[in-house]
Amino acid sequence: MDNLKQELKEKIIENLNLEDMNVADIDDNDVLFGDGLGLDSIDALELIVMLDKDYGIKIADPKKGKSIFESINTMAKFISENRN
Amino acid sequence: MNKKLYIQSYCKIANNEVVLNDVVVLKTELSDDKSFFKSIYNFLNLKYPKFFKMDGLSKLTYLASELILKDIEIKDRNIAIVFSNSASSLETDRKYQKSINDSASYFPSPSVFVYTLPNIGIGEVSIRHQLKSENAFFVFEKFNAKFNYFYESNLMHTKKATNVLGGWTNLDGQVAEAFVYLLSENGKLEFTIENLNKLYKK
Repeated sequence: MDNLKQELKEKIIENLNLEDMNVADIDDNDVLFGDGLGLDSIDALELIVMLDKDYGIKIADPKKGKSIFESINTMAKFISENRN
Repeated sequence: MNKKLYIQSYCKIANNEVVLNDVVVLKTELSDDKSFFKSIYNFLNLKYPKFFKMDGLSKLTYLASELILKDIEIKDRNIAIVFSNSASSLETDRKYQKSINDSASYFPSPSVFVYTLPNIGIGEVSIRHQLKSENAFFVFEKFNAKFNYFYESNLMHTKKATNVLGGWTNLDGQVAEAFVYLLSENGKLEFTIENLNKLYKK
C-alpha cells in the first residue's frame, strides 16, 4: 500500500503539472481539493482518466469521486479494492 | 477630432530572447519552449502555480502580458485585450488529437482539451489581473498592423477601453513568438501602423 501511495503522489504531480511540489509535500491525509492541495474541477476529470488509463478502473458514478479523491489514503484504498 | 494614442510599452519574446522596451532583459540558450518559458517565469519572479498547468500558447501569452502589466498601476482595470496569431491553438490541438487517435487507447485529456482554443490565453490573463474587459482573438496569416490599428483605436475612441493590451502570440512547432504592447492615451511613441510594423520587425 505504501508503494501505491508513493506512486499516486508521483503521478498526481506529473499528470496535474504541480511543478512547484514534490512527493514529500503531500501527506497521505492531505485534502486534495479546495483548501488542501488546491486541485480544481479539471484536475478531478484528469484523475478520473488516470484511474482508467493506469489502473483500469472506470468510475461510473461521478458523485462517488468526491469521497474517492478526498486524499491519497482514500484513493489508494479505492484502487487496491477495485484494480483489475 | 480623436485624441492621439500611444504605445506606452512593448515586449517581444522570440528566439530565446526577451526584449522589453528596446532592452534585451533575458537571453538564454535553452533548446525547447517549455524550458525557455520557465526561465522567463523564474526571471520575472512570478508566483502563480496555475502557470504550470497552461498550454504553451497560454504560457507565452501570460508571460508577455506579465512583462507589460507587472509593474504598471492599473487604475480602472478597463484594459481590453486584443491578440492574434497564425497558428491558432494548433500546437495543443495536435497534442489532443494524439490522445484520441487510437481507439484501443482512447484517453482524451480534459486538461489538454480546455486549451484547444487560442483565446484561452486571454482568459488566463484576465483571471490573473481580474479584468472583465473587452477581448478578442483573431487568426491572420501574418501580423496585421493595419487591422490592430483600426480595431484597437476604435476601442479607445469609443471609450470601450481605457487601455488596450494588443499583440501577436504565436506558437507552432519550434516557432514561439510574442509581440505585445500596451496602448494608452499617454506615452512617447505614437500608435500608428508604421510604428507597429517597425516594432514588430525590430
